[in-house]
Amino acid sequence: MRSPAPIRAAFGQALAEAWAGGAGALLPIGFFAGAAMLVPFTVGSEANQLAAIGTGVLWVALALASLVSMERLFQADLEDGTLELWAQEACPLFLIATAKIFAHWTVSGLPLVLLTPLIGITLQLPADQLLPAMLAYGLGGLAFFSWGGVAGALAASVPRGGLLIALLALPLFVPTAIFGALAAEPGAVGPNILFLAASTLFALAVAPFAASAALRLAVD
Amino acid sequence: MTGGLLIEADGLGAVRGERILFSGLHLSLRPGEALVLRGPNGSGKSTLLRMLAGLSQPATGEVKSSGAHHWLGHRDGIKPHETPRQHLTHWARVWGSTLSPEGIAKSMGLERPMDVPGRLLSAGQRRRTALGRLLLVERPIWLLDEPFNALDAEGRDLLASLIAAQLELGGGVIAALHGDVPFGASREVVL
Repeated sequence: MRSPAPIRAAFGQALAEAWAGGAGALLPIGFFAGAAMLVPFTVGSEANQLAAIGTGVLWVALALASLVSMERLFQADLEDGTLELWAQEACPLFLIATAKIFAHWTVSGLPLVLLTPLIGITLQLPADQLLPAMLAYGLGGLAFFSWGGVAGALAASVPRGGLLIALLALPLFVPTAIFGALAAEPGAVGPNILFLAASTLFALAVAPFAASAALRLAVD
Repeated sequence: MTGGLLIEADGLGAVRGERILFSGLHLSLRPGEALVLRGPNGSGKSTLLRMLAGLSQPATGEVKSSGAHHWLGHRDGIKPHETPRQHLTHWARVWGSTLSPEGIAKSMGLERPMDVPGRLLSAGQRRRTALGRLLLVERPIWLLDEPFNALDAEGRDLLASLIAAQLELGGGVIAALHGDVPFGASREVVL
């Protein structure tokens, strides 16, 4: 069976599950906005200072917010038996894992990226930098959610595995965070955005297989 | 490829922790046969079924299967937000089934809770929904782990008739069971 129907169905099911969770889908957005909003209160509202650290703060907030609801992504499937069914499908498990990670990104990751210009303004980032920065955050967010998905799959069978997910995923975020922060810096686009894109492509290529291997272990 | 056998398992062994659950187990399933797995709790019935389903790797031996199978495990595979209608529609899409999920839900006696989310269904209603999956597409092998659990008398009769129909079609069934066998079992495997 080589039809995309299982992938589409997995995507749709993950979307429905995220929305059925009520406000749970909005948790990463709230976390992201809340963390970024605290910054002016803690470092002071001086424009130069805020602009200098603004992009970096947004990267940290994005990285942490991407992990907020990752715990349930695969754990719920393991607990209710859905994962057993997916693992026996003719459709390769890495495609199902990809569909689920991508659905999670659509619900929780894309809104974060759309929110970055707004938060950027409050952090006094120069207005002409907001859209290039958004591109960088978009690319970085995809990588964060991919690696987060791997960590979520590894921690699927661990009760309250949220901390484990953070420990597993954060080291994988480092290359993306480095190139991302350089690319989002005012007035320095150039090759950094390409390195960022490369790190995202690497994550997109590797994460589905790593996640599916972890899920096979979890279901065994 | 396996000489008319639906499933052939050769020299299967399973280890849990330090303990050997079973070893050197041979098992075969022919078309039209229903196999019942027997044994006390913890004897490895579920483990054996999971090996036959390809969910677990056997410690020794190998499993050869000549067709697709349906799986019914301890967990019904129903999401808390999913209604029976949504659940069967979802898997019908995954498997490319052309049958009507509503029709199957009705034949499983789920007419009333058709649009009730999974978290509000009773255990028996969830089980009936999961059994509905077996009817979405024809598959030669059914692997059922204590399928009669949570079912009422009517549900048990219903499942027994589904199994009889599956055998009639030339399919095979392997079920782990406790207690009496409400369908015509061909053989028992005691673990």
